[in-house]
Amino acid sequence: MTQVAFAPDVFTWPAAEPRLLGGRCPACQAVMFPRKPSCPRCGNPDIAEHLLPRRGVLVAWTIQGFLPKAPYAGGETEETFRPFGVGLVQLGDEVRVEARLTEADPEKLTFGMELELVVVPFRTDADGTEIMIHAFAPASPEISDQAELAE
Amino acid sequence: MYDVAIVGVGIHPFGRFGAKSAIEMGAQAVRSALADAGASWPQVQFAFGGSNEVDNPDAVVSLLGLTGIPFMDVYNGCATAGTALELTADAIRYGKYELGVAVGMDKHLPGAFTADPEYYSAPSWYGAAGQFLTTKFFGIKINRYMHDHGISHQTLAKVVAKSLRNGVLNPNAFRRRPMDEQSILDARMLNYPLTQYMFCSPDEGAAAVVLCRADLAHRYTSTPIFLRASALRTRRYGAYEVHSSWAAVEEDKAPTVYASQAAYEIAGIGPEDVGVIQLQDTDAGAEIIHMAENGFCADGEQEKLLAEGATEIGGRLPVNTDGGLIANGEPIGASGLRQVHELVLQLRGQAGERQVPGNPRVGYAQLYGAPGTAAVSILTT
Repeated sequence: MTQVAFAPDVFTWPAAEPRLLGGRCPACQAVMFPRKPSCPRCGNPDIAEHLLPRRGVLVAWTIQGFLPKAPYAGGETEETFRPFGVGLVQLGDEVRVEARLTEADPEKLTFGMELELVVVPFRTDADGTEIMIHAFAPASPEISDQAELAE
Repeated sequence: MYDVAIVGVGIHPFGRFGAKSAIEMGAQAVRSALADAGASWPQVQFAFGGSNEVDNPDAVVSLLGLTGIPFMDVYNGCATAGTALELTADAIRYGKYELGVAVGMDKHLPGAFTADPEYYSAPSWYGAAGQFLTTKFFGIKINRYMHDHGISHQTLAKVVAKSLRNGVLNPNAFRRRPMDEQSILDARMLNYPLTQYMFCSPDEGAAAVVLCRADLAHRYTSTPIFLRASALRTRRYGAYEVHSSWAAVEEDKAPTVYASQAAYEIAGIGPEDVGVIQLQDTDAGAEIIHMAENGFCADGEQEKLLAEGATEIGGRLPVNTDGGLIANGEPIGASGLRQVHELVLQLRGQAGERQVPGNPRVGYAQLYGAPGTAAVSILTT
């Protein structure tokens, strides 16, 4: 089955360990997501591409409980729509990004929980192409320990 | 600089009005404000008109009289009406004109607002991913605030129940039926922790204000209300705001905090002096957060204040006495002038069943909206 990213230049794909494509301002070191044409802090119009850390912690979240209007491109109908989580995730000490969560149960989401970036199916087009989107999933504790050791 | 007085206020009810155009509603609000001021349209020297859906609010002149006056159109998100008010007041403050009108009108389709994310400097994929939603932002913000400051779901329901009770007393409100707290909590969850009835609805309506150089106000009214301050601020680096795909790790305060501090300073008035309050309650959580962001309580104190009924019409901090956005809905261009309309009635002692007791002398209005813009106005007798 063909898998395609839902938008270009959002995350590295295909990749075993996908990363978000951010930007860093060479002048003031501000990190942003996605890369912007100029720096939101100092206005410098020369922003370098910067791969963001894969792992982070959940700062804040909600559950998207209703089908968004266009330009939403998830392809669901009112009948097939399933709520999805959206979180503000802090990646290291670099930046906070807002993204989908693989978990949509408020009981299973906690402030400060560790998350890692994954790429998951978003919708399937008529020709069978699977459209993929980035999301944050709960990080397994073992991997977390290893990551800390690696640092 | 001259002082500025509000000498007339007018409103077209908020709700849904079939085929009636926003322009017609705007003209009706202006007529009503002029009648309140005892002034006529040919006396008006200039106007600012605000709208989201109407490209040229100045079309109201074709219904009021083509007098050739300068009429400036503004749009500034949910702060549109605050912007029209400030610009009208400034033109009088700086001596260019003596008498002007600020009018706002809108006619939205039902349901959450949507647009092209790129117009908000957000990437187009942000909309495709299902994140370009104001309701999502408000859910995320209040969820974190509740966690940090011990605010309960019940308190969110109390905000809505209070606003709907006030709406019952407001003949111009959209929602005029009370609801009990449990029904509000049990309703469909739109963006956790906010249920269906905890959000305001985009709707239709118009409001207008007649402003005058303060030393000339006696020509129009014996009860002028003075606009002591108006301040507008946009988000700073570090604030997590509507329609943003990211935020800096180092947090800065929301734009409301800066607009509020500036307005208090200009007016020489503190939150302890305010007797009647209008806050942007796009959702129940926003009213809670804005109580603190505007200096009316400490973070977390809302839990106790709401339990005591402090924000009720007869309470110590009456908030959204006309039902706010939750009972009135939000025609974006008109919403902030609806706030001013209510404050003026309250300060004149003309709010009828909704009248705050004890002759309030200072009124406060705050607007907040995409993409992170806040406006604050302070009025006094």
